[in-house]
Amino acid sequence: MLIQPSTLSRRDAMKAAAWALAAAAIAPKLAFADEKAVAAEIKKLYGDKPMASGKIKLDVPEIAENGLVVPINVEIESPMTEADYVKTVHVFAEGNPLPGVVSYQFTPACGKASAATRMRLAQTQDIICVAEMSNGTLHTAKANIKVTIGGCGG
Amino acid sequence: MTTKPTPRVRVPAKATAGEIIEIKTLISHEMESGQRKDAKGETIPRKIINKFSASFNGKPVFSADWFSAISANPYQSFFFKATESGEFTFTWKDDDGSEYTSKNKLTVG
Repeated sequence: MLIQPSTLSRRDAMKAAAWALAAAAIAPKLAFADEKAVAAEIKKLYGDKPMASGKIKLDVPEIAENGLVVPINVEIESPMTEADYVKTVHVFAEGNPLPGVVSYQFTPACGKASAATRMRLAQTQDIICVAEMSNGTLHTAKANIKVTIGGCGG
Repeated sequence: MTTKPTPRVRVPAKATAGEIIEIKTLISHEMESGQRKDAKGETIPRKIINKFSASFNGKPVFSADWFSAISANPYQSFFFKATESGEFTFTWKDDDGSEYTSKNKLTVG
């Protein structure tokens, strides 16, 4: 009877550890957006319209040491004339608490559809860019960024 | 960080007609994402600049909707095709309703 209390407490300890592990595995996933959240955002904006690849140059670092300040430069191939220009560009993050990063509205007066800013990334993830041209066609591009230190206060 | 946001804009003073110039802007702002918690575990309310816009001689040129994922002291650069002399107006709109503006002249010739 000397052994039993110790086995019991060991079992309890294992159970507790298992719960802690499960909680740790589930909790962070719940708090973040994912592919589905980004897809839902895009669907809200454009429905099921087909999207072509190409035309977008998504310039981001392959590895971001600091997730608090990650440079992002988007450039879209376009003559930027009254007849043919880039209207809007949306950038989404698949692994952030919220999917939205930035939305740009360009005009032919820009001369060039290119803009740069800096964003926060919570973890290693994919960045999705959707560009809408003045004739309504859509283009999309994706880039993966490895984040060493997340940028969400963690 | 409760200092008043100060915009800083870099626009070339002169350009030739038809030249595409780059405009760089920066504004000091904490961009509180609304995702962080304070020491008591309560969520710190979101307070970010949610809109940046640029116009030239009153005509809109470029604008950006910023979300929580934009870094503190947000930077934004974009391009402009110079055709005539005039003045840029840059506006930053804060969640609390405040607006910060900067005006910059451009001479074309």
